[in-house]
Amino acid sequence: MTYFPEEVLEHVFDFLSSHRDRNAVSQVCKSWFRVERWSRHRVFIGNCYAISPERVIARFPRVRALTLKGKPHFADFSLVPHDWGGFVYPWIVAMAKSYPDLEELRLKRMVVSDESLELLSRSFPNFQSLVLVSCEGFSTDGLASIAANCRVLRELDLQENEVEDRRGHWLGCFPDSCTSLVSLNFACLKGEVNLGALERLVARCPNLRSLRLNRAVPLEALHKILTRAPQLVDIGIGSYVHESNSEAYVKLCNAVLNCKSVQSLSGFLEVAPCCLPAFYPICLNLTSLNLSYAPGIQGNELINLIRHCRKLQRLWILDYIGDKGLEVVASTCKELQELRVFPYDPYGGGNATVTEEGLVAISMGCPKLHSLLYFCRQMTNAALINVAKNCPNFTRFRLCILDPTKPDHVTLQPLDEGFGAIVQSCKGLRRLSLSGLLTDQVFLYIGMYAERLEMLSIAFAGESDKGMLYVLNGCKNLRKLEIRDSPFGDIALLTNVGKYETMRSLWMSSCDVTLGGCKALAKKMPRLNVEIINEKDQMMENSHDDGEKVEKMFVYRTLCGPRRDAPDFVWTL
Amino acid sequence: MERTVTYENDLNLKATELRLGLPGTDDSDKQTPSGVRSNKRTLSETTEECRSKSNSGTSDARNDDTETAPAAKAQVVGWPPIRSYRKNSFQPKKTEAEAAGIYVKVSMDGAPYLRKIDLKSYKGYPELLKALENMFKFTIGQYSEREGYNGSDYAPTYEDKDGDWMLVGDVPWEMFISSCKRLRIMKGSEARGLGSYV
Repeated sequence: MTYFPEEVLEHVFDFLSSHRDRNAVSQVCKSWFRVERWSRHRVFIGNCYAISPERVIARFPRVRALTLKGKPHFADFSLVPHDWGGFVYPWIVAMAKSYPDLEELRLKRMVVSDESLELLSRSFPNFQSLVLVSCEGFSTDGLASIAANCRVLRELDLQENEVEDRRGHWLGCFPDSCTSLVSLNFACLKGEVNLGALERLVARCPNLRSLRLNRAVPLEALHKILTRAPQLVDIGIGSYVHESNSEAYVKLCNAVLNCKSVQSLSGFLEVAPCCLPAFYPICLNLTSLNLSYAPGIQGNELINLIRHCRKLQRLWILDYIGDKGLEVVASTCKELQELRVFPYDPYGGGNATVTEEGLVAISMGCPKLHSLLYFCRQMTNAALINVAKNCPNFTRFRLCILDPTKPDHVTLQPLDEGFGAIVQSCKGLRRLSLSGLLTDQVFLYIGMYAERLEMLSIAFAGESDKGMLYVLNGCKNLRKLEIRDSPFGDIALLTNVGKYETMRSLWMSSCDVTLGGCKALAKKMPRLNVEIINEKDQMMENSHDDGEKVEKMFVYRTLCGPRRDAPDFVWTL
Repeated sequence: MERTVTYENDLNLKATELRLGLPGTDDSDKQTPSGVRSNKRTLSETTEECRSKSNSGTSDARNDDTETAPAAKAQVVGWPPIRSYRKNSFQPKKTEAEAAGIYVKVSMDGAPYLRKIDLKSYKGYPELLKALENMFKFTIGQYSEREGYNGSDYAPTYEDKDGDWMLVGDVPWEMFISSCKRLRIMKGSEARGLGSYV
């Protein structure tokens, strides 16, 4: 066997950016395992309860960047009780002792306290990048600690978090010596910000590329900011309300003309649409446009804006754009790769929305489309079959028909054939969300064809245990399965228990699994945590019989056994 | 809100109920039109269960926070699958014009500075006049078509789109708020003059 110095191995491993490649490499032999673990600087943990911080630190002593995910995905839709878990504090405590070189922390669906942020800000002198997505538990006081103490901060990116806004002057806590910011996103904050401090901060950070403002930053401030930072690549507009012939607006037009590098635009949280033409010069180079929080841009103003965006690759919009609007998108945005159409008024029903026709138009006009999230009120098998033919490259396909069990509105058949066509045609499909009226047949198709599928979301679908079993037995690469309100019971749960150790997690709520079935699963598979979540009744252990159906169950593989921070309403079997 | 009216009206409740059948078919017919045998609970049952199950505990609080429409329609917990953050960001059915208030200046003869009020925040004249009374600490008299505001030294007037000064109260409320550009509370002889013009 040729001798390979470890430095050479390490150098080769440096070229491996994907976690999976690194994981594979570490399993080749003991010396590769050793070299790999010492040289791994970026760790991704998809479920913070799958492993303890201590074990991560023991295996990877030199981590500089950590990604952690906490609550299950259905927590986004209020299906997981508020105090279920996902606390980052123990991780920060552990890392403060052992990772002095930590630079980056990325958290999703976790509970982050102000104390955590304070500890984070004081423990890592090289800390550069904090990204919080869908997190909660902190206030602007926590942000103030980050601003004040992280001397070389480059990125502070807050995406859709629930932040308690204490109206503090957290922006003013960035010291004058802080000139390193590259990315600042505080669009999700509800309260006032110190505009002067913001302007000065922008002025002293020459490397600032991405700036997303919140609703409290008005148009007058925007022009000053853009003048100071013409190098911006990504802009999130806060408030955009003014008269179109005012002096501030004219100044803004000039400032915008100077911003020649902008590729991504979002925000417009409050907007006077007559002022949108100021941004037309930017539209020509835009690759990403997010108007999903801009209900003020409608009708012709919206269409006119989009007509200028010929290079768009990513578009997030609201459904009142209508099928006609989508046809404009289809004829204008030939480079489109990702489309998300969100419902503006999901509980209403009177307003214009999109239908299967809009989707078909998009599929015909945008051959590069590979990622879709589409909320609509009706769909047909024919349309889905058409879409599957036009766009065989889907990697993510999420369709949400607002009425959960609605059939093909023309033939009144279930939508099995339509989704079947999607999985059969799109061989690279990794993520799929189903909706509409669906029988076990769709799951037969999924099990048969969706070889690359990693995440599947099921709601109000299927007829029997067979449905779920088709999926568990068929989808080799399945990692996350989440099911709600579907008639899958203990037989489906228990027939292929080995499968769950190959997956990150399984969520089932309002299905037919019973307490007895869950107990059996927990008994057979000691390396799974089988959590029963029952907010109503905290004396679960005593008062329930095994035949009772379980309201919410979350199963995940773990090396740590039952977690010790579970609240009273979570029972780990 | 209009929705509570819908709730009282039985026919509308049926029309908006989520269920498997075609719109217009009888409620009692629970077969799916394609004749597919379905083991699953029908949606109305599911909805009932969801609602009764979320009667207590923390999930209920979350539901109240995240569901912006009242329970006139049969709503399912966590459906449609939209992030709470996104749901809370919107107030549905408010276009830009509806959401923005109609702010007009209010001047009072003799007062050192003007005030601003949002006409949209009042439902009609009585509310508006009461608010003005509170704001400027005075009493407006009784309105009559014949004599204007009797019984006090003050008369509420407004400048309309044509630039004319009109007495508040003559036209329907909606017409008033769409044509009112500013308000002025006239005092003394001027006020009386307007009301008792012969």
